[in-house]
Amino acid sequence: MKILTGNDLGSGAVTWWNGKGWSLFVDDAVDVGEDADEILARETAARRVNVPYAIEASIDAAGHVRPAHIKDRVRALGPTVRRDLAVPTAGKTGWDWVI
Amino acid sequence: MVDARDLGTSPDEVQFRFRDDEPADHGTITVDACCDQTNATAVRIEPGDDARVLLPFLDRLALIEVNFPGFGDGRGYSSARILREAGYTGELRAVGDVLIDQLSHMRRCGFDSFAPDKRLDEDDAARAFATWEKVYQRAADVRRIIADIRHEA
Amino acid sequence: MYQYDQYDQAMVDARVEEFRDQARRRLEGKLTEDQFKPLRLMNGLYLQLHAYMLRVAIPYGTLNARQMEALADIADKYDRGYGHFTTRQNIQYNWIKLDDAADALADLAKVEMHAIQTSGNCIRNISSDHFAGAAHDEVADPRPYAELLRQWSSFHPEFTYLPRKFKIAVIAAEKDRAAMRLHDIGIRILKNDAGEIGAQFYAGGGMGRTPMIAPLIRDFVPLDQLITYAEACLRVYNRYGRRDNKYKARIKILVHELGAAEYTRQVEEEFAHMLSAGVEPPREELARIAAYFNDPAFVDGPKTIDRSDPDFALWVDRNTHRHKHDAYVSAVISLKPVGGIPGDATSDQMRLVAKLARDYSFDELRVMHTQNLLLPHVRIADLPALWAALDAAGLGSPNMDTIEDIIACPGLDYCSLANARSIPLAQRITERFAANGRTGELGELKLKISGCINACGHHHAGHIGILGVDKKGTENYQLSLGGSEAEDVSLAKITGPGFDEDGVIAAVETVTDVYLGARQDGERFLDTYRRIGMEPFKEALYG
Repeated sequence: MKILTGNDLGSGAVTWWNGKGWSLFVDDAVDVGEDADEILARETAARRVNVPYAIEASIDAAGHVRPAHIKDRVRALGPTVRRDLAVPTAGKTGWDWVI
Repeated sequence: MVDARDLGTSPDEVQFRFRDDEPADHGTITVDACCDQTNATAVRIEPGDDARVLLPFLDRLALIEVNFPGFGDGRGYSSARILREAGYTGELRAVGDVLIDQLSHMRRCGFDSFAPDKRLDEDDAARAFATWEKVYQRAADVRRIIADIRHEA
Repeated sequence: MYQYDQYDQAMVDARVEEFRDQARRRLEGKLTEDQFKPLRLMNGLYLQLHAYMLRVAIPYGTLNARQMEALADIADKYDRGYGHFTTRQNIQYNWIKLDDAADALADLAKVEMHAIQTSGNCIRNISSDHFAGAAHDEVADPRPYAELLRQWSSFHPEFTYLPRKFKIAVIAAEKDRAAMRLHDIGIRILKNDAGEIGAQFYAGGGMGRTPMIAPLIRDFVPLDQLITYAEACLRVYNRYGRRDNKYKARIKILVHELGAAEYTRQVEEEFAHMLSAGVEPPREELARIAAYFNDPAFVDGPKTIDRSDPDFALWVDRNTHRHKHDAYVSAVISLKPVGGIPGDATSDQMRLVAKLARDYSFDELRVMHTQNLLLPHVRIADLPALWAALDAAGLGSPNMDTIEDIIACPGLDYCSLANARSIPLAQRITERFAANGRTGELGELKLKISGCINACGHHHAGHIGILGVDKKGTENYQLSLGGSEAEDVSLAKITGPGFDEDGVIAAVETVTDVYLGARQDGERFLDTYRRIGMEPFKEALYG
């Protein structure tokens, strides 16, 4: 599936398109299908997100959203070497799938 | 082929001008054409042009436009300073993708008129021109630099 | 050390307000991200993997205790309680908000610090020898020249939209402790035969995807023409550096394509012109700056220490450097604990180091290009107390220039350009060698890790270098051998096919085995490699 991610303009935080707005949690990301370009243009213009882009992702057996590229998987949770600073949901999903 | 008359900005397009004389109201020609013609008084420099080929003609030039097709290409800053260092006193106009935050540096490099593609916010531009009350290095604006002020006593 | 006067202070204050206004216009939508990006970069603000990152300059690596405390305060107030010291004498904060960035810059300005031109296609922070002003082997303190260049390059109106970034290093000793010849311009301050001090210019060095060693372009520039010569170098580059391809836009490509002789000819022509135009600051300015770098009040004292504690003795042997005054040494504070993140320091550690600088080093600190900190002027008599304080805070690792003193870029854990992680490799390699006990036996061995081809981890200049690459979506690591950033500068060569994470760690151990088996008396790893060549290492790795 295709999901959208970017950074919040003011805080810089990694965000994911959840169908209505931008969430901090990758598991909230929704499949945007053919609508990616339209949503990206609209949300960028409204400055609700900064430099967003569309990526490939899948849903694993436990129902978690998993970005296809390693870089976006690292973005989803935080630095692998500072797990104490991870996004709050990291504890639920574990780190095994990131690398 | 672009007609020479199509080049150049008209006085109407000049948003900021720091000169008292009447602006030239005719089009500019390319650097190559300028070198071939003996009567041209206005020329446009593109980023890849060598400003120094114009030095023999500075006396007859009243307007030199320096084009910035993209704001990130900084060759025009060197072109401007080279012309001022050679004694050019006519109008030096920055045209093209000229942005607010470049105005003060362009001014220091010798530009005295500005015709941005997109008109700039007047308040933001006024603030930008006034950003640096003092300056560290010599440029085309012959301001006394901070080091001069420190040692002038 | 240098102190701002009203003019310097006004410049950084003006810059803070300019950036505050730029950030406002971005948040209001008056600037697009494409327009804002070069502006924020010129104020050190990147958008990285997880957040904005702020890179703060520590000009020529020198700072005082109050400044280090301010860095700690910024880490707590605007970030997450730590910072990362880089190979170019900067500190990076990984979690800064755009909303807060101008306030952070304002806090820096209060202690005469800034993030000016720590990124962007402009002249970057001027780096220097971390032992400047303390080393026994320098002809002069290089920092006054670096400060003169800092002022000249700050907000330079002609050189703010260069083809690409531009890095300058200044040293003043035969020994090169600043990777001088791997900079866009490297300057060596030296004495000529007549005993006059001047500057040797090297141009066109760099790492990145096309590493090059800078050739000498001018043997001696008189000190009252230093700025003029630098200006000429920059103007030729600004006019003729390639702008059609960002990967070929650094000055090294221009110097390479023109040839050093032709580039030099063009610079000399521009230099002659600029001498007549008159761009040099008044002569007295250099003297004014130099007065700030006079020696502190050194006092005589004991020149030997009690070595009965072997841990302390080891730290002294590894982490102290000979000082120009024989009752003093320079003491390296390692930011490379075994299993730690190279270059990271917590706010508490920064505050402790600041206190130690006050207590033991005339209120002066340095940031080293090896991502360590340094107290430049420590009385030999104070070493036991200093070491005890460092050891208790996890800052006493006795590993300077050993295989545990790894340079590593932030890599894929933080950086949006990276292809692979660097930090976990550094952690595991230090753990491996601490466990097998070979660190001491291996002696000087500089291992440098980059997470992508941009080479921020200086892998081209490592005795052993590791480059992380993306191999079909997984991390892969290329090993290289034989680089050096020092006066015996050389570029490392790739051993062969890459390895996965476990594989490259094993490969590092393998090449150190080859060295230990082949070395002759007194040879460092690098010396053995240069003598026996790549083949024995290849054979052991792939044979």
